[in-house]
Amino acid sequence: MDAEKIKSLQVTAANVRLGIVTGVFHAKSGHPGGSLSAADIFTYLYFNELNIDPKNPKAPDRDRFVLSKGHCAPGLYATLAQRGFFSPDELKKLRHIGAMLQGHPDMKGTPGVDMSTGSLGQGISAAAGMALAAKMDGASYRIYALLGDGEIQEGQVWEAAMFAAHHGLDNLCLIVDCNGLQIDGDVEKVAGIAPLDEKFQSFGFQVLTADGHDFNSLEAAFAAVKSCVDKPSVILAKTVKGKGVSFMENQAGWHGKAPNQEQYEQAMAELNAALEKIS
Amino acid sequence: MAEIVKKATRESFGEALVELGAENPNIVVLVADLADATKVENFGKAYPERFIECGIAESNMVGAAAGLASCGKIPFATSFAMFSAGRAFEQVRNSVGYPHLNVKIVGSHAGISVGEDGASHQCCEDIALMRSIPGMVVLNPADHYEMKAAVKAAVEYNGPVYIRLGRLAVESCNNNDNYKFEIGKGITLREGSDITVIATGLMVGEAIQAVDALAAEGIHARLLDMHTVKPLDKELVIKAAKETGRIVTVEEHNIIGGLGEAVAACLCEECPTPLTRMGVQDTFGHSGPAVDLLKEFGLCAEGIAATVKKVLGK
Repeated sequence: MDAEKIKSLQVTAANVRLGIVTGVFHAKSGHPGGSLSAADIFTYLYFNELNIDPKNPKAPDRDRFVLSKGHCAPGLYATLAQRGFFSPDELKKLRHIGAMLQGHPDMKGTPGVDMSTGSLGQGISAAAGMALAAKMDGASYRIYALLGDGEIQEGQVWEAAMFAAHHGLDNLCLIVDCNGLQIDGDVEKVAGIAPLDEKFQSFGFQVLTADGHDFNSLEAAFAAVKSCVDKPSVILAKTVKGKGVSFMENQAGWHGKAPNQEQYEQAMAELNAALEKIS
Repeated sequence: MAEIVKKATRESFGEALVELGAENPNIVVLVADLADATKVENFGKAYPERFIECGIAESNMVGAAAGLASCGKIPFATSFAMFSAGRAFEQVRNSVGYPHLNVKIVGSHAGISVGEDGASHQCCEDIALMRSIPGMVVLNPADHYEMKAAVKAAVEYNGPVYIRLGRLAVESCNNNDNYKFEIGKGITLREGSDITVIATGLMVGEAIQAVDALAAEGIHARLLDMHTVKPLDKELVIKAAKETGRIVTVEEHNIIGGLGEAVAACLCEECPTPLTRMGVQDTFGHSGPAVDLLKEFGLCAEGIAATVKKVLGK
């Protein structure tokens, strides 16, 4: 990827992070940690990978994205706003009564949201169903689903993984946001999921690893996904929970908590400084 | 008059799917290792490319159905009621109900007429679970003709529907030429003014026998076939309440959360009327031949007739 493209994606990701903090602060609740860890992945998908058109969000031949870790809606919303699906002003109304942006993604009311999610483990099944529909219709659209590494503990994830491999869904790409933390602490201490690569391999997936904050690394992984035939792929993306806001980084406590006024100002100052440094 | 057919409604369901599948290429069927029991094997033979075996994984089956529906398919996610409506309840609620996707959830082997398999498989809670999901239509057809019409209506309706299938063969009662199925509109099978029996699903056939036997004794009960438990045909219920003064509901389901409570809510709010709820009286079932079990639980013609007489003090 050329330097100009990387810079453009970095600027977008910085704006996505500003949108996340803005949304969660104004909502006085929500999930900043996992939204920030996935901000670069969201950015890559919506600005360099997905075949989508903000002006025609329901186009039948579009690629679909399912946020299986639905609590990271602030990250998805900030990205959709950046991409032009709706006004960034909506972010300040996140979770408010009468607002379009619900606490977890609602496909009925939000342009660009392809599946309602929030209950962990369910998005991956819906994504597999979409991928199968594309296969049945001989359509070329692809399905992407983002899962949390804590979410991997849900049994339905593995039902869906078996299903996807059994049906040879090579148009399905999972991305696991491996930030290593869940509400109760370190994923490996709460209920270990390692070795995740071997688990997915044995379930019939092409397994790829990437640095979830490095666009070149993500580009290489997504390129490999597209060249894989007859089996689904999973990208295990190593990330830092709370990435970009110093006091949120690697802190499980910031999984589902809003910053207060002082913390908000500090977070915005840090993110704006980072943005300025890039551009 | 169409011919009288004695057939389990799960068989009629399977036939309807094969017929409708020929006209509508968007219909797809998902199964969880119970293709024969739920009678969708013939759909699989006729349209193998639209037949999706999910294995013993009902939660994923329902989620995959939601994804298929979001891409324009009309998926029928089939299993025993205990698993499609029970085990996968939360998937039905969150992946199908909340986004109001066009998925048809199908529950066979509901109620105690599962028989010998016993309580673990005798789902008497499915109607309660499915009714509680906003926007979910709940259908419990009584016979061959009604089931075939119900499946057609479910395909034509754009939104989530739960369809309950029966395992036992039942004689058709809706074979008259004026029969018309409409979601949310009950069928008056017998006119009467002394009392009203409102039955659903398997219990309709038993209720006909009961009502006819009572008529021979001079008791004229009205009989309503309530194939749609949700949305309830309130107009028909209120009319019956006003004209007959007493209601007995009969269902092969827990009296909590099913037809009886739906009717009770309607009557309490709009036309207070004495009501007796027949059904499984908040207990689990147990193993035994289906017909014997139904008799034991009073869910048979004799039991219904006896209850009606008791209510009328006769």
